[in-house]
Amino acid sequence: MDILEILMTASFWTAAIRIASPLIFATLGELICERAGVLNLGIEGIMVAGAFAGWMAVYSGLGLWPGVMVAFVVGMGFGLIHSILTVPYGLSQHVVGLGVTLLATSSTYYAYRLALPEVTSPPKIAAFQPYEIPVLSDIPLIGPALFAQTPLTYLAFIMVAIVAIILYRTPLGLAVRAAGENPQAVAAQGLSVTAIRMGAVMIGSGLMAIGGAFLTMSAFNSFFFEMVSGRGWICIALVVFGAWRPGKALLGAILFAAFDALQIRIQQTPLGAGIPYQVFLMMPYFLSILALVAMSRRAEVPAALMVPFNKGER
Amino acid sequence: MRLEPIVNPSLARTLAPPALAIAGTVVIASLLAMLAGANPFSVLGLILKGAFGSQFALLETLNRATPLIFTGLAVAVAFRARLWNIGAEAQLYAGALVVAILGAGLLDWPAILLLPTMAILAMIAGAVLLLIPALLKVRLGVDEVVTTLLINFIFLLFVSMLLEGALKDPMGMGWPKSARLIEEARLPRIIDGLRLHWGFGLALISAVIVWIIGARTTLGYEMRAVGLNREAAEFAGIPVSRVLIKTALLSGGLAALAGYSEVAGLKGSLTLDLSPGFGYTGIIVAMLALLNPLGVIAAALFVAGIFVGADSMSRAVGVPTYLADIMLATALLLMVVAILLTRFRVVRE
Repeated sequence: MDILEILMTASFWTAAIRIASPLIFATLGELICERAGVLNLGIEGIMVAGAFAGWMAVYSGLGLWPGVMVAFVVGMGFGLIHSILTVPYGLSQHVVGLGVTLLATSSTYYAYRLALPEVTSPPKIAAFQPYEIPVLSDIPLIGPALFAQTPLTYLAFIMVAIVAIILYRTPLGLAVRAAGENPQAVAAQGLSVTAIRMGAVMIGSGLMAIGGAFLTMSAFNSFFFEMVSGRGWICIALVVFGAWRPGKALLGAILFAAFDALQIRIQQTPLGAGIPYQVFLMMPYFLSILALVAMSRRAEVPAALMVPFNKGER
Repeated sequence: MRLEPIVNPSLARTLAPPALAIAGTVVIASLLAMLAGANPFSVLGLILKGAFGSQFALLETLNRATPLIFTGLAVAVAFRARLWNIGAEAQLYAGALVVAILGAGLLDWPAILLLPTMAILAMIAGAVLLLIPALLKVRLGVDEVVTTLLINFIFLLFVSMLLEGALKDPMGMGWPKSARLIEEARLPRIIDGLRLHWGFGLALISAVIVWIIGARTTLGYEMRAVGLNREAAEFAGIPVSRVLIKTALLSGGLAALAGYSEVAGLKGSLTLDLSPGFGYTGIIVAMLALLNPLGVIAAALFVAGIFVGADSMSRAVGVPTYLADIMLATALLLMVVAILLTRFRVVRE
């Protein structure tokens, strides 16, 4: 059995976790936005901007971690634009989100062309290298997959825990969830729905940008146009698949990435050689649609998702 | 801050915000041009000249506007009923695919039969492609934004697969492109000698038909009612699901005509770079047109002008063409705010 053999190799699971990492950051980011009641379709463009910003910062001489911070701040900047338009102004989250994606993508490409005119192949940076955690990385199969990754992957897993704890164990998290379920109740408590939602969108957008930066600073060491290629849209599907919960979203991202890693390997088997490569490339998008269909019956959507809040109204 | 509706907006209130949005877009574009080391006035001048400054430029703009009118109409129709069709890109390729399959000799008919047949089948292909996400939305409540977006990626890969397989032109020197259309499958030019084909005429006619459907028919009324308030429409006895499905069929069909017109009118064969994002740009066109079908024509000309003008400007002074995309994104975001401000007043507390 070819597929079973593949599933039993450590390199397969290492690849799966690596593929999952940018999705984990961006899915968490989208989850935070939606939990507060804002659908953020800027995700695809914000990932592009983050991928460029982090990489460019390192290329310009900054360290890797400061580069990650730069990506985060750039993401927050686009989050600010998105949230001003969708929260206090209450404009269509669909239109604004797509506009932000277009703005982030085009200004990234513009900046790239200005910074590197006439380059044929983009320069490389010294990206994050895998760091083997002693002892744990010697566990067979899952050891290398979970404990011999780059520091950004570890950060992704840590962020899942942090976001879960904040959302479910702190007053701040309660306020964020309430802003997405029952904003009137939040306002009745004397809290500002506007501030909570804007903050959530900005932090979430920062995480999306780190997800993009993972591609240029950890998975690869260079920036290419089209490198995000729909990962943002897949993350929106993963939020639904994960029923708006960080832990389930993490599982969804890993499951999705495992399928992705598997299709890459099946392509190289004799069985896969007879099938057009496009069929394999379609799989991630098909899976995302299937995930949405499978989850559709179990509606746990935040009640006030996409509902603007205007204090004047009842 | 709080938003307060304005009961009787003055003329200044109606005109000033959109004017400011356009001014803001121009200012931002100027700043970006300066960032690239160019004189902003010459950049803006070159964009205008490159878009409308000569007969050649004008025809180029009209050609570029043609697919944008179709995708703009597709989006306007759908968004009006609050069906978020972000899949016009895939529906465009569905239409293009039908033309590439039927028009390269498979149907050996005279033009008068072949061209309408291909148009109808292209529309059906586009309609079916949007029917899937529309049914998923109506029956299962699956959000159509994500499904239509994901279908774009799937369908482009499908087209790529066909262009490297069954549809690959044996005379194409190994390039993934379809065989050339036969002469009967080409849309003729409107005026002999001028590089503008009947796809443009069809686009204008479509806009008028869509406007009539919207303003003068029961379906148009129902679509608007569903868009304004789905619960209220349901309560008033409007079959909301059926209206949404009809909207999807119309929208998908219109987007497919963009692909039909590009292949049969302009290119003569199908390649994977047929559309540089016409489906997505259609969203901007529709929004700038305030979802009005006749406004779509003006908005498409404006957007096409910026693209064509920016191409020519970029060749002349070396400012990246992505300036055009930034201008459109900025115009879109500022315009939605401007439209809000024509109807609401911001009250500080």
